[in-house]
Amino acid sequence: MAMTMTQKILAAHAGLESVKAGQLIMANLDLVLGNDITTPVAINEFKSNGFEGVFDKNKIALVMDHFVPNKDIKAAQQCKQCRLFAKSFNIKNYFDVGDMGIEHALLPEKGLVAPGDCVIGADSHTCTYGALGAFSTGVGSTDMAAGMATGKGWFKVPSAIKFNLVGELKPHVSGKDVILHIIGMIGVDGALYRSMEFSGEGLKSLSIDDRLCMANMAIEAGAKNGIFEVDEITLAYIGERVSREYTVYSADPDAEYDETYTIDLSAIESTVACPHLPENTRLARELGDVKPDQVVIGSCTNGRISDMKAAAEILKGKHVADGVRCIIIPATQSIYKECIKRGYIDIFIDAGCVVSTPTCGPCLGGYMGILAEDEIAVATTNRNFVGRMGHVTSKIYLASPEVAASSAVAGKIVDPTEL
Amino acid sequence: MNANGFVHKYGDNVDTDVIIPARYLNTADHKELASHCMEDIDKDFVKKVNDGDIMVGGANFGCGSSREHAPIAIKKSGISCVIAKTFARIFYRNAINIGLAILECPEASERIEAGDNVAIDFDTGVITNITKNETYQAEPFPEFIKDIINSDGLLNSLKK
Repeated sequence: MAMTMTQKILAAHAGLESVKAGQLIMANLDLVLGNDITTPVAINEFKSNGFEGVFDKNKIALVMDHFVPNKDIKAAQQCKQCRLFAKSFNIKNYFDVGDMGIEHALLPEKGLVAPGDCVIGADSHTCTYGALGAFSTGVGSTDMAAGMATGKGWFKVPSAIKFNLVGELKPHVSGKDVILHIIGMIGVDGALYRSMEFSGEGLKSLSIDDRLCMANMAIEAGAKNGIFEVDEITLAYIGERVSREYTVYSADPDAEYDETYTIDLSAIESTVACPHLPENTRLARELGDVKPDQVVIGSCTNGRISDMKAAAEILKGKHVADGVRCIIIPATQSIYKECIKRGYIDIFIDAGCVVSTPTCGPCLGGYMGILAEDEIAVATTNRNFVGRMGHVTSKIYLASPEVAASSAVAGKIVDPTEL
Repeated sequence: MNANGFVHKYGDNVDTDVIIPARYLNTADHKELASHCMEDIDKDFVKKVNDGDIMVGGANFGCGSSREHAPIAIKKSGISCVIAKTFARIFYRNAINIGLAILECPEASERIEAGDNVAIDFDTGVITNITKNETYQAEPFPEFIKDIINSDGLLNSLKK
């Protein structure tokens, strides 16, 4: 029976010849991920159920990134609990201050995910790794605890929506604009319970960073996972990082899809999601006079080197507008170092921005950039829900690094071509 | 297994950030999480809620983050069941895994209003609106899901 890319990966990990949408399966996991917020809940479950060991100390990744470096005593206690757990089970991929980064930027960079893998993570943006041709999905802490103990997870096999990408991105337009455009089109529950599969000749104009950003936000359309066909661009990225064996899967030509959309990349313009849902999309040039108090450039969605490059090219020799606070957060230590090497940090600081060590901090209203009453933020993050970044009356506009940096300089939301 | 209580009603796309804001995620203590449940969209919820009450939402309930703290906060606040038109998938999975009963029922989601007295029979999936004298049919839980909820969560159910 013909299968989608996701179905093929799930079948292989369940030891089955084939699977079909709706089928319940038990699959072997290649990686189980948790962070400093979700892991403590998982550890409590793990311990109270008397599990005595982990299934594979090399296939668990614990990344301290949400409230790290510790924002307060409680956050410090949670990290300590994770640290002691990692030590007691000799977890190899435990990342703490000094070598941590934002989990979904860090794991691909470290070569911990390969095409064809089956990954669960107690973080909803675990769907990011679909950019590399893996099946990867967010779960809760109980599933994480069971995954750490048994190396297995149960899944309902999803059906899929196919996105056939054609054409080429215009200058100043990136993967963020494409995924915001798609979420605007299908809605925040448009892909509920399903896979979003991205393929087509348009892939050629999407860098790995564009794809990671797009797969990252599949969850904002309700999807179980987002996944990209593997091509030379994927293999070039993986080749430098992954030394173990892996399998590349592709959808059968006659696989069934619930819906198929053709997306012409060349028609996409800079797109912004207005408060308070990622589906409330408008073109940046049509927004009128929206004046940000704060601009955040970073996160698991847009904290990678090409995002830093896009921001630096716009901010070079310019200054953020009066009254705008601009916070830039390279997502990992190696991205941070690369920014230093390329002179981006000088550009950012000279432009009046602050640069932070890697952290999820402001994206989820944790710390390092909380909004006051009625304040407006333009952020390259992934959610603009009520109160997400601070006060319940604050407002968040989601945008690409190009739009965010341009808006910081202009003092209002603009299309980068207007700057 | 049954539920019977008064309804707290919300709209579409109730996200996990309003169920339990991230500023409170520096703890995994169930009681403390419950004390902030829903505060960004309904600041009086924790004062109003009584043990056994029922929460009703619209489409895509529980969208957003994978934080299990969200269903934990709802359950610990005393809510016996969440009814919605549809649920976001991670929330759905998490709710069952921690033993919070949830039912998808578009008709109930539309008809039930805040303050209605509602009774649920989980064996038949029948939702009775005592206030309005109406019934709605939801898909009843299969046995293994009932077992997880009765055992107070997935891992407890595995211990038996």
